Parts: sequence; C-alpha cells; structure tokens
Amino acid sequence: MAASRDFVSRKLHSLLGVIPLGLYVTQHLTVNHFATRGPEAFNEAAHFMESLPFRYLLEIFVIFLPLLFHAIYGVYIAFQSKNNVSRYGYLRNWMFYMQRISGIIVLIFVTWHVWQTRIQAAMGAEVNYQMMVDILANPWMMIFYIVGVIGTVFHFANGLWSFFVSWGFTVTPKSQRAMTYVTMAIFLALSVVGIRALFAFV
Amino acid sequence: MSEERTITLKIKRQDGPESAPYEETFTIPYRQNMNVISALMEIRRNPVNAKGENTTPVVWEMGCLEEVCGACSMVINGKPRQSCTALVDRLEQPIRLEPMTTFPVIRDLAVDRSRMFDALKKVKAWIPIDGTHDLGPGPRMPENKRQWAYELSKCMTCGVCLEACPNVNSRSEFIGPAAVSQVRLFNSHPTGEMNKEERLEGLMDEGGLANCGNSQNCVQSCPKGIPLTTSIAAMNRATSLQTFKNFFGSDR
Repeated sequence: MAASRDFVSRKLHSLLGVIPLGLYVTQHLTVNHFATRGPEAFNEAAHFMESLPFRYLLEIFVIFLPLLFHAIYGVYIAFQSKNNVSRYGYLRNWMFYMQRISGIIVLIFVTWHVWQTRIQAAMGAEVNYQMMVDILANPWMMIFYIVGVIGTVFHFANGLWSFFVSWGFTVTPKSQRAMTYVTMAIFLALSVVGIRALFAFV
Repeated sequence: MSEERTITLKIKRQDGPESAPYEETFTIPYRQNMNVISALMEIRRNPVNAKGENTTPVVWEMGCLEEVCGACSMVINGKPRQSCTALVDRLEQPIRLEPMTTFPVIRDLAVDRSRMFDALKKVKAWIPIDGTHDLGPGPRMPENKRQWAYELSKCMTCGVCLEACPNVNSRSEFIGPAAVSQVRLFNSHPTGEMNKEERLEGLMDEGGLANCGNSQNCVQSCPKGIPLTTSIAAMNRATSLQTFKNFFGSDR
C-alpha cells in the first residue's frame, strides 16, 4: 500500500519549505546585503543573479513551482486548524499559531513583492538599486517590507524546527529544545541581514 | 463547621446530540474532600438549580473513579481533565463544567469518543497472537525498553490530548496523538514488532500522523504524563523510513 496523498503532500510541504525555499530566501537576503556596500556592489550582485545560466529553469523549479505548492497547500493547512492559544498558552502552541499567521503575511508580501519586482522586470523594468530606493522611499512601503521580511524569516526559521520534527530528525524533547534555540538564532541572524539590507536603500 | 458554605457550579448542558446548549447554575452544600463527581452526584440526588427550579439531573460518564479509565473527562474551569481527580477544594469557584468540544455531545457532559476507538482500529493498536495452535512464548523484551514502553501503556483513551490539539476538529480527519503513541507502544513490543509495517501504513493513511502541526499541546495536557510528542516524532521517523522502504524496496 502506498502512502496516502495526505501524507505525501504534508511531507512534501514541509520539505519544500526548507529545500529549496528556505535556502533560496537565505541566498536572496545574502545577495540583498550587498546593498550595504553601496549601489555598485548591489547592482553587480543582482546582475550576476539575473545572468545565471538556465535562469528561467532555475526560477521555475527552484522558486515558483515549490512556492506555489507550498503557498496553496499552506493556506489549506492554516485554515484547517482551530487555534486555541487563549486556552493553551504554551510556547509551542504560540509558535504553531504564529507559523500560520506569518504564513498568511508572507503570502501577501511575496505576492506583492513578485508583482513589484519580477513581473515589472518581465514587463521591461530594470531591477536595480534605484528600483528599491524608489519603492522604499514611501514610508508605508518600508514598514510593509520590514514586516514582510521579518515574517518570512520567522516562517522559515520556525518551519525549519517543524521540519526536523516532521521528518523525524529531532525525537527527544532535549533535541527539540536545542533546535528551538538554533532556529531562533537563525531567525535573529537572518532578520538582521534582511533589515540591514532594507535600510541600505534609504 | 460552617453550615452555610456552598459550592457553585456553572454547567454547560445540552439535552441531546442535536439540541442547543444552555448554561445552568447549581448551588450545593459544601462537604469536605469532594471531587467534581461527588458534586455531580449531589445534583443528581437533588436536581434543583440555583433558582430553586426542579430540573433534570446532569448526565455525565464515569467508571473507575481513580483516573485510569478515561471515561469522566470534561472541561473543568477551561482545562480538559478527569472529573474524578478534580478536587473541589483545589478549584476556583464557580466551577465551570463543559463537555469536551472535539467530540459529539450525547447529553450534557457525556460525549461520544468513538473517533478515538476508530483511530485505534485504523492503526491496528493490538498484538495479533491468535493461531490454530500454541505458538509458544514470544521473544523477550529488554528491561530498558519495557520501562519507557510502560509509560506509553498508561494511555486511557480519555480524549484530553485530542481536545487540546488545534488540528483535531470537525474540519480535519486527524486521528490525534493518542493513537500515534499507541503505534509506538505496540511497535516496540517484540511480538507486536512483527506487524509494525501494518500499523505504520495506518499512520500514513488519510487523517494520519502527517496532520500533526507540532503545537505540542497534547504533551502538556496529558493527565498521565505520556511523552506524546516524543512518540509523534519517533513515528515521524519510522514513517519517513517506511516511505523510502516502500518506494525503493527493502527486505526488512
């Protein structure tokens, strides 16, 4: 008997969130961080990324298809749960709740961000330092991007914790607690990287 | 002795599976060392509500009265637990009693926990030992394994972990933490281990283990202190390996 579709979808959802999406987010934030070294450094790095060979295949298979599956199935998962943090205010239950809230925030943010950058690029705009300066000149946009970046990084870091449980790597409470610290350190570190990059465009 | 001391109970009642719930307050005389069950028995003895009106006695389920059968679970002051070990002297008043929300209400505080027993059947939570002849003694179990497996055997199917789980609800088919832990128990048994794949397949079926969202409320709520999240993660590992074995092939 094969595993049910439920089982395969859930495991795949968890895996895709880390590989490739989590790795992609980390790489994306790292490239953004070039902005702290000035416009030329950022433009050079962005140009390197967009001139990678097999760019469209990479975009489709590393970003868009995994992202679509993760997002659509994620919304289904989020609305299936009946949150109860008011009655059970334990740390992990809060993380469970925040994972669903941050997931919805990320969905809104990424949809907007893809429209504002990748789709504009497809329609002829050039993605460069100046584009981000223009976007982030609006203080509301800046707030939206800060919330979006922190939400994304949290969703990835906490999702990484769940991935280690869901695939059966961390079984003991001790190892799970250790991973809580590791993943929250990842959350803080990537938040700093992301926010520093954002303020480099101001 | 204070003659006038009383206990107030606010009970969420429901006359039948389809009828609307309503709240009824009862005031009963205080006695020492009461538990919620003896308070409910007092209401049954004299079914008069706080307004002095005659009413029907409150319905609830009970069995062992020593927290090993799991029948008397209900939500007491917001927390699901067994009413037999809920001591009145340790509860804030008024004591609020509600039926567990994850399960269909039969009447008042009595709920139908069938979905838990169906889940146990689905994952084959038993050890097949019947044959046409005497199969002899089974393999021995290492003592260190017996010790942790014994903890898992304390599960009484009371429903508290399902009540606390945000992913067990009317929108999901999730079998809940209790049945997952039982698979770990029977798969750790030297004879039960011979059928471990069948139980893992049950966990990998629709509504199975993958529906867990790791809120870990179950382990915090379990009245028997069963390491439910350890069981879930251990079964996550076992089903992950089983998936690879099924797909790529294995003789074991």
